[in-house]
Amino acid sequence: MSDVADRVKKIVVEHLGVEEDKVTESASFIDDLGADSLDTVELVMAFEEEFGIEIPDDAAETIQTFGDAVKFISEAV
Amino acid sequence: MFDLTGKNALVTGASGGIGGAIATALHGAGATVALSGTRVEPLEALAAELGERAHVLPCNLSDGDAVDALPKQAVEAMGSVDILVNNAGITRDQIFMRMSDEEWDSVISVNLTSTMRLCRGVMRPMMKARWGRIINISSIVGATGNPGQVNYAASKAGMVGLTKSIAYEVASRGITANCVAPGFIATAMTDKLTDDQKDKINAQIPAARMGTPEEIAAAVLYLAAPEAGYTTGATIHVNGGMAML
Repeated sequence: MSDVADRVKKIVVEHLGVEEDKVTESASFIDDLGADSLDTVELVMAFEEEFGIEIPDDAAETIQTFGDAVKFISEAV
Repeated sequence: MFDLTGKNALVTGASGGIGGAIATALHGAGATVALSGTRVEPLEALAAELGERAHVLPCNLSDGDAVDALPKQAVEAMGSVDILVNNAGITRDQIFMRMSDEEWDSVISVNLTSTMRLCRGVMRPMMKARWGRIINISSIVGATGNPGQVNYAASKAGMVGLTKSIAYEVASRGITANCVAPGFIATAMTDKLTDDQKDKINAQIPAARMGTPEEIAAAVLYLAAPEAGYTTGATIHVNGGMAML
């Protein structure tokens, strides 16, 4: 697993308090990992901070799953 | 009783009577305060009076870009904004049939839109900190209405709905959002009234007098304090019994 994926997973696990093995490629933050809409905003904030990138609101809306997040961030950094 | 040591507060309209009293009360409880307003001189005078832990951040709240910049300036000056008090307000009184779009827009813009923008501006760091206090100064007329103040009353009622909705969204993050709704308070705004008008007003107030800015500041101080962590989405009416809501 890539370095980006590891760092994203760590944030997701810490923020949502879920088991690491639940955070799979297709795991939806809201449907599978128990996030509410505010959690998703906070996750995006945490990603921005961790990777020093800006994630615009319209892009943030497309990040639904762990895989989406890793893909977006890998392309952005 | 209330200790705000280490907390940083941004107060708009701090050049006015109520805003000045609010800033003084928060500062007196140990908070660092950023004083915002349009008139620099009274802000500087208040900052000088308060001494340490006081910053002056002039801002024209009818200028959207300036409003968006204000939370950032406050963070630069103080390190964070833990307490936001949206106190600034204007009136453009006019009988409704004669009210112009400009009179409507200017009051909504300064009183309501700038409140929304400032709340939005402080939300991200408050969410991260898992602590925050938003205190919006509404008005009795937002609840009761008042002839000649369609625009002002709408803006002040709007603040209540805005505050409650924010309170819902962020309650789980340790952030509270509340309103304080003053009745008639003796300030420059009410000094414009004639003695006859004042007598008529006092006759409608069970307490038989206008309130003081310090009596508003006391309610704000409570809402800003850690002790008020379970009070959110509320409106504290401070009006001498004029409207018991």
